[in-house]
Amino acid sequence: MLLQLFWTYLKVGTFTLGGGYAMLPLIQREVVDYRKWIDETEFLNMIALAQAAPGLIAVNSAIFIGHQVGAKHVTPTKGRVWSRIYPYMAVGAAVLGAVLPSFVIILAIAMVFEQYSSMPAVEAVMKGVRPAVVALIAAPLLRMATKANNPKPFRDGGVLLLSWALVAALLIWLAGVSPVYIIVATIVLALVATWLGERHRTASTNKRSNPNNK
Amino acid sequence: MLYLQLFLSFFKIGLFGFGGGLAILSLIQHEVLTYGWMTEQEFVDIVAISQVTPGPIGINCATYVGYTATQSVWGSALATGAMILPGLIIMLVVCKVYLVLSTRFADNAYFQNTLRYLRFAVLGLIAAAALLLITPATFIDHWSVVLFGAVFVLTILPQLIHSKQPAVKKIITTLSHPILLIVLAGVAGYVIYS
Repeated sequence: MLLQLFWTYLKVGTFTLGGGYAMLPLIQREVVDYRKWIDETEFLNMIALAQAAPGLIAVNSAIFIGHQVGAKHVTPTKGRVWSRIYPYMAVGAAVLGAVLPSFVIILAIAMVFEQYSSMPAVEAVMKGVRPAVVALIAAPLLRMATKANNPKPFRDGGVLLLSWALVAALLIWLAGVSPVYIIVATIVLALVATWLGERHRTASTNKRSNPNNK
Repeated sequence: MLYLQLFLSFFKIGLFGFGGGLAILSLIQHEVLTYGWMTEQEFVDIVAISQVTPGPIGINCATYVGYTATQSVWGSALATGAMILPGLIIMLVVCKVYLVLSTRFADNAYFQNTLRYLRFAVLGLIAAAALLLITPATFIDHWSVVLFGAVFVLTILPQLIHSKQPAVKKIITTLSHPILLIVLAGVAGYVIYS
């Protein structure tokens, strides 16, 4: 079982280029359709949770699936200690499988790249690649901006939130503010705004119900 | 000391890294440049390498930075482990209370609103990451601007052109693939600069 988990995630980790989101369809095919370890609904819930939690989506999904699979397929005859440890071993197997391919490949590149990076040919290639990378980081912003406030981009304070994103970008870019502070400020802002909104709503419903009482 | 700093930095990146690879890039960039573990140019090179190699970009960056900062495999392992750790702790707690969570938090206004606000903040983070990389090291001449423009347009092509014909659709999605674009930019760079 542990080996199967490790092997499945090793395959997913090796054959997906381009980050976590590209991994999800492959994980679904392996884990839901082929191995039938969890069902469709559980998988969709898992994606929502993996995205909501900090960290990498691919790794978070490996943690969740590892734990659920481990908890389901434990051998009860092996005793209580075993059944408590087993889910964590399953998590370890899945995470290791997900991380190992990129770790090994990047490490190998890191070891040799410094020697080759001063070669004129490599330097010429990288000169062309660098502006392309900046474009690849910037271009998805348009699509993400329209999706951020699904389904209505400009409703419910969407414009205000877009301006906050702009302010955040300028603070990091020009003032050198750490993105960590932006994240913390955003969470505080969201909680305060929700609290004010909820209070406003209860206040207005109270007002509406009061005349009926009198 | 270096190892401790590396651990703390990547733990922080893992803890505050909401919204996937590109958003995490901004956090990594800040930490790496603050501590001088690499130059902006090296950082761009790593992002390029991450795009064309398998696996999540965050893991690739952590592994690479860990190695270049310490010149040792242990540095790589430490940085990668430190980045995964916060997610591991949080996800294991989530697994324990999964059933309670999925029913109660799904409609919770505080939870949903925070996620929505974070989706916007992440836009700012990614924009800043791109803006910080527009430096003389990455944009060396007018060819750089041309390559930037070409890759930018090709990437957003699926949003620009809505074709109903499956063949055209296929060509557009193929052309907008990041790996292909990096390879093409590399070929262009080789032709222009050597």
